[in-house]
Amino acid sequence: MRDDLLDLARSPLALLLVTLVGYQAGRWLQARTGGHALAQPVLPAIGAAALAITVLDVDYADYRSATELIAFWLGPATVALAIPLHRQADRLKGFVVPLLVAIVAGAVTSIVTAVLIARALGADEVLEKTLATKAATTPVAIALTQSLGGIPPLAAVFAIGIGIVSAVIAPATLNLLRIRDRRARGLAVGAVSHGIGASRMLREDETEGAFAGLGMGLSALAISLLVPLLALVLF
Amino acid sequence: MIAGLTWLLAFQVLGEVVVRVLDVTVPGPVAGMLLLFVFLRLRRYGDDGSIVRAGTALLRHLQLFFVPAGVGIVVYLAVLRDHALPIAAAVLGSWLIGLVVVGWTAVGLERLLGKPRDDLGAGPHGAGEAA
Repeated sequence: MRDDLLDLARSPLALLLVTLVGYQAGRWLQARTGGHALAQPVLPAIGAAALAITVLDVDYADYRSATELIAFWLGPATVALAIPLHRQADRLKGFVVPLLVAIVAGAVTSIVTAVLIARALGADEVLEKTLATKAATTPVAIALTQSLGGIPPLAAVFAIGIGIVSAVIAPATLNLLRIRDRRARGLAVGAVSHGIGASRMLREDETEGAFAGLGMGLSALAISLLVPLLALVLF
Repeated sequence: MIAGLTWLLAFQVLGEVVVRVLDVTVPGPVAGMLLLFVFLRLRRYGDDGSIVRAGTALLRHLQLFFVPAGVGIVVYLAVLRDHALPIAAAVLGSWLIGLVVVGWTAVGLERLLGKPRDDLGAGPHGAGEAA
């Protein structure tokens, strides 16, 4: 390839385009499959961009700064998670105490079990710190892992991965566990597998979806507050 | 749209300020989320306001915004491969235990408080009896 064309292909403009095209392809796939749980737009987008920088031999750091325009919006979007929380707050009557206790218990369990299982199987401390945040919604997991000293891109991958697994098997697992209150079902899925799990529950039932969103938001808060505290004990 | 984005950025900055002043390791945007939630509740904020419109538009494409972070996986493929077992076991095991704890705690407390619900229908044995 001519050198000037290669330079263009490695430019921020082209890298942004690849990322957006990958994302659009993912959205198209999601629509075509009727919103199948495995068809998350983030996967083709990451795949396309990862392939592009590997083939073009672009450093990840350069790709990262080229796409700062996209990554920047993660912060405001995280703030915006207050909106679904606000809109679901009216559904809480008679469920506040079970909800708060369950969320805190779930956050502690998610953090501690992830770290201890990884440790028992021989993971190092950086990896344990990266796994500790995986139940939080991806933007929070990324930010939290950063402040904890883990590996943010891996935290993103773990969070996305568990979201997809949950979207596929959570409803059947809840049936096995005989959890029959739709509020509790949604809450449980949102608390351990955030937005991707929540979107699956929303397709099952509106109440389950709403409480999954609520579970995701509250769980992100609880995990943010608990990770620094538990880190003192765990590491 | 711009008005709503301005509000969201303002709450993010406010969150960063709070986090720095209190010197806690909570991410700034999460503190901003909490502050915005309190603000929306106190104002009884409606669905047609600029914050809701801008925020909903951003949330629709939330997945796009963590693609740049996710692409970092290319740097860590070797880590994933070398630690496949602890990673898979920790992610899946912790997910399942978390699901059980949250679900059973919520349902158990509902029963303790005398307000159990069975939304899936109890079949021929009568409604309202939690299985």
